[in-house]
Amino acid sequence: MRSARPKIAVFKFASCDGCQLSILDLEDELLAIGEAFEIAYFLEASKAVVKGPYDIGLVEGSITTPHEVELVKSVREQCRVLIAIGACATAGGIQALRNWKGSAEFMKYVYASPDYIETLDKSTPISEHVKVDLELRGCPINKYQLLEVMSAYLAGRAPSVPNHSVCVQCKLNGTVCLMVSQGIPCLGPVTQAGCGAICPAYGRGCYGCYGPKESLNTPSLARRFLHLGSRREEVVNMFRLFNAWAPGFREVEEKIGD
Amino acid sequence: MVTREKEYRVDYLARVEGEGALYIKVKNGEVLDVKFKVFEPPRLFEAFLLGRMYHEVPDIVARICGICPVAYQMSSVHAIEHAFGVRVDGPLRDLRRLIYCGEWIGSHLLHAFLLHAPDFLGYADAVRMAKEHPDIVKSALKAKKIGNELVALMGGREVHPVSVCVGGFYKVPTKRRLEAFKPQLKEGKALTRSLLSWVADLEFPSFEADYEFVALSHPAEYPFNEGRILSNRGLDVAVTEYEDSFEEEQVPHSNALHSRIKGRGSYMVGPLPRINLNRDKLWDETREALAEIGFKTPCRNPFKSIIVRVAETLYAFEEALRIIDDYKEPERPRVDFEVRAGRGYGCTEAPRGILYHRYDVAADGKILSAKIVPPTSQNQKRIEDDLRAIAPQLIKLPRERATWKFEHAIRNYDPCISCATHFLRLEIDEE
Repeated sequence: MRSARPKIAVFKFASCDGCQLSILDLEDELLAIGEAFEIAYFLEASKAVVKGPYDIGLVEGSITTPHEVELVKSVREQCRVLIAIGACATAGGIQALRNWKGSAEFMKYVYASPDYIETLDKSTPISEHVKVDLELRGCPINKYQLLEVMSAYLAGRAPSVPNHSVCVQCKLNGTVCLMVSQGIPCLGPVTQAGCGAICPAYGRGCYGCYGPKESLNTPSLARRFLHLGSRREEVVNMFRLFNAWAPGFREVEEKIGD
Repeated sequence: MVTREKEYRVDYLARVEGEGALYIKVKNGEVLDVKFKVFEPPRLFEAFLLGRMYHEVPDIVARICGICPVAYQMSSVHAIEHAFGVRVDGPLRDLRRLIYCGEWIGSHLLHAFLLHAPDFLGYADAVRMAKEHPDIVKSALKAKKIGNELVALMGGREVHPVSVCVGGFYKVPTKRRLEAFKPQLKEGKALTRSLLSWVADLEFPSFEADYEFVALSHPAEYPFNEGRILSNRGLDVAVTEYEDSFEEEQVPHSNALHSRIKGRGSYMVGPLPRINLNRDKLWDETREALAEIGFKTPCRNPFKSIIVRVAETLYAFEEALRIIDDYKEPERPRVDFEVRAGRGYGCTEAPRGILYHRYDVAADGKILSAKIVPPTSQNQKRIEDDLRAIAPQLIKLPRERATWKFEHAIRNYDPCISCATHFLRLEIDEE
């Protein structure tokens, strides 16, 4: 047995809290996690704050304010291993939709006196500001992938997180292809697995919440959607959701041409 | 006489969803300033919905909150269906209540046992509380898990489920699949009943305020998806008239807009208002259990909201079982509708209280405008009023204890700050 439990910290930037909630949603494992790790900083769950440095830092959320730009640097300094969790932290999240317009126009719409509120023009992933050791994708993350990462850390091995596509997952699940059988546009071919390919199993096309997989052909898929009858604007918007700013999805508008 | 000024502050409130702070300034025992600050960065949802298609809205607004995504999906689909003149009835309507039951169970037990109960017993968190109350924490986690499983059964996963759409669902469960889940729901119900007796025995601070309670009310059922907006002071309006009675204002110390009732001021939404206005609509076992613990309504003690969260959880288990017993698989998972231009309103009971959505939709289905008022925005002003009202009894306590009690008073509301900014930090000033 280790003499000291590894210290784990959970940090939050702009996000919906859904990814850190995944830890509390590990109902069967939560108390064991509390035994195996010292939960040193996790404000959503605990008042107790233990000072850094930390062995593992889990970071949820994207960087959207000048203050957060500074804060994430100090978070990095305090964490031996830094893991970005979820689409906000790995790609900028849904709030990165502002990146095409700038926040000023958006702020005016929501707040009567936008001057009170400090915000940046772009919502950006953690890796754009500091070195990140591992990224867990998803909107939300898959809690069992997080558990795998924590178990791997304790065992001193590399975590096993698959990087194949949602398409492959559908085949493994035995789900009939919606695009082939019904002509329903689906981002499965270009999206990284991890969700369990649930959307096709529920009769709807994948909407890309785990972001672009490695080596993808986005323009080709986008053209296929056009052939299936989607309007150009609809096709662009399919990629502009929770991982809109991720390279691979970000450039779709320029790449499909007119 | 020596002037004594005190400041109490908590820069990052713990055990709340999102980022907020508390600041209280006291001079010679008089409360000078109370601020419940929301500094969670704004995410500007209402702006980036513009120009998106109506069918994208439920998935986008779900991302306002990871704890209550179903609530956002529900208020949005009701609003858009209202704009299109569609009604969703029968088994599809019941299935919407069923997925909402799952979210209420998961969200209420998360708050009651992982976030709120540690305040009553003086623990920093539930993991520490579990060392001395292992059976309670384990039962709560087990029942919570059943709620999450119900959401996942209906929608593929517990956070940001994927099955809800305008008109109904992408796919509905089979009767057999739902029937097979009944043993878990029965177990959850039994666990929750004992948890209710446990929370009823907690020690509650003696504090009451003269609240205006606001909740939905429906003639036949405890409110989830539909009803008129009622208050204990005579407010009785349709969802379409919400903006005639309520207004939002921006305050410099908060990234979340503050709501108030026009011409009156703060009000409370959430479990206490719901039960005070709808107790007669609960099912038998919940009513019996509340009678057994001697729970009286109207309840004006916000610390007792934990009892109501657990009671509503018990109700949600009962209601889920009722829905499954009555369920007949619909012919199609969603109803047909025609996209048309119009304005639509939706208001449903999120675990934290009423969640109002209003959209203008163009003839081609594009969103022209969006307004979203989450429960925590509505409670913000009332939270500050509570802090002001409770301050005179708390400032006599040692500083650390007082600060904790102030935090506890905020957590009575289960504030969801991520929601409110689409928005918590606590500071208490004492010189």
